[in-house]
Amino acid sequence: METPGQIRDRILARFSGAEVTVVTNPGPAAQHSLLVGAAHATAIATFLRDDPVLQLDTCSNVTGVDWPGREIVETVRQPLAPEEDADPAAPPGVIEEKIKRLVPGSLEVVYHLYSVALKHGPVILRLRTADRAANVTLPSLTPVWRACEFQEREVFDLYGVKFTGHPDLRRILMWDEFQHHPMRKDYVEPDDYEWEPTPHDAVLTKARRHYPAPPAAPEEESTP
Amino acid sequence: MSAAGELAGLSAAPGTTVRAVNDPFHGDLLEVSMGPHHPSTHGVFRMMVTLDGETVVKLKPVFGYLHRNHEKLGENTTYLGSMPYTDRLDYLNSMTNNWAYALAVEKLSGQPVPERAEYLRIILAELTRLLNHTCLAGFLLQDTGCSGTPLMYAFREREHILDLFEALSGSRMMCNYQRFGGCRVDPTPGWLAAAARLVDGYGRFLDEYEALITGNEILMARTQGVGVLQPDLAVNAGATGPMLRACGVDYDLRKVDGYGFYPRFEFRVPLGDHGDTYDRYMIRVLEMRESIRILQQALRDLPAGPIIDAKAKNRGLRPKAGEAYGRIEGPKGEIGFYLISDGGPNPYRYRVRPPSFINLTVLEDMCLGQTVADAVVILGSVDIVLGEVDR
Repeated sequence: METPGQIRDRILARFSGAEVTVVTNPGPAAQHSLLVGAAHATAIATFLRDDPVLQLDTCSNVTGVDWPGREIVETVRQPLAPEEDADPAAPPGVIEEKIKRLVPGSLEVVYHLYSVALKHGPVILRLRTADRAANVTLPSLTPVWRACEFQEREVFDLYGVKFTGHPDLRRILMWDEFQHHPMRKDYVEPDDYEWEPTPHDAVLTKARRHYPAPPAAPEEESTP
Repeated sequence: MSAAGELAGLSAAPGTTVRAVNDPFHGDLLEVSMGPHHPSTHGVFRMMVTLDGETVVKLKPVFGYLHRNHEKLGENTTYLGSMPYTDRLDYLNSMTNNWAYALAVEKLSGQPVPERAEYLRIILAELTRLLNHTCLAGFLLQDTGCSGTPLMYAFREREHILDLFEALSGSRMMCNYQRFGGCRVDPTPGWLAAAARLVDGYGRFLDEYEALITGNEILMARTQGVGVLQPDLAVNAGATGPMLRACGVDYDLRKVDGYGFYPRFEFRVPLGDHGDTYDRYMIRVLEMRESIRILQQALRDLPAGPIIDAKAKNRGLRPKAGEAYGRIEGPKGEIGFYLISDGGPNPYRYRVRPPSFINLTVLEDMCLGQTVADAVVILGSVDIVLGEVDR
């Protein structure tokens, strides 16, 4: 099978202006992946499916990955201008400056593609959202591979990625009224899973008005 | 588009017959919620079925009743700590779940496995396949309304395999047996002799079972031509395992990936012709016959040696940063684990690729136009376990 670099070159030759970069995997598995820009994702996926050399006719696994924004502290060293009366043999002074830089977070969707016809794979595609709050829209690949249908619903449910072009984008594992996306790294569990606003509290208050507290029991005389 | 159709949320898809509103000879469409508590759903699973008379015109599966966010649990525990949790995914097949997870971690950390451990893994995986397919044959017959006898025959044999698992790992179903770089305990010669006896006798059980079931007229009437799945749709929808091979698609990961020592073994991959429910039953019976062959070869050739790599690290494993996707041919299909490591003691991302969840994608396509009683049989032939579907 072609290497991810070769696949990238062929995609770039076919789609001018497409953003495709190879993400290297430093681990021993060495399964490198292709980071694809959202604009051309559906066209590239269709190309990978129909290309006679690759024939990636099935999408085995779809999953989300959450990369929260993080702060990186970089230390910048600048040589200090030597003072006039300094000893010329002494090493020049260095000023250190710490610069904080914010790396924006994103949600990532990973697709593992295989070819059943040619029995090779995986080719790994990654799509990234612009951020984790407002711009979480990505094109759905369900029109290309039906296998993505439930798995993209799961990514929507657990990570909150909104797929445009998905035929039936609903929550799948959590219930429909659920508000959050529990697989995100910053998800905080509720203190009490069992609590729910039922009429019990109102009923109990009413019952307390009906049945006033019983009179305090008379203190028993202490027997010597 | 009828008013009833709009109520049921039907879109006028091509091929869907939509009935006139004032048709005096037909009633309205009926929306039925099958499940979540129903014996035919194999757990807590719900199908929202829209019926035209008895014919299914729309079917939406509803999941999540057993959801416990297994993947989040995996991110919050160590690599080894997730191993017992994988038993609880597909709780019939804990040995293959363990193997798939161990394989993914071994890919992630570059861990070799000694020869004897690979043989033991194959022995246990094929025993698991026997167990799963035997159960499936029993459950499928139960779903067709053949109450009791076939399921009890199947469970009798399953219990013999579970006895072996219990003798080896200490637990019937939650085996927690595989480790990164090998296996946990070495079987005694007595265990191996008992396994060989079971394997040699299993063909006779299959003969008996097939004499009872395979040529049965009622089973044929209920399953042949029912729930036909087209091969191109099956491939596109990610169906794997016996579901895919029943459509005639030759794709078995034991042959394709050649993981473990499977290339050393001689076995065939049975394929179906029609992709219907009967083929899905038959494929499983034929796969059991092939599993027996693999088991006989593995038990005959089992080499001596260590069962775990001497340098294997299980506790406190910290793989280098990277990612890996490892998959094996489980009894229900391709079970895979996708792991991302950031160099820490816990996986940064821990993802299960559940075969029975993804095989359900085509459930609606198989059930459209069939009767509601057939939908039960078709669901039975998909072979789902809700512990894995909902995770």
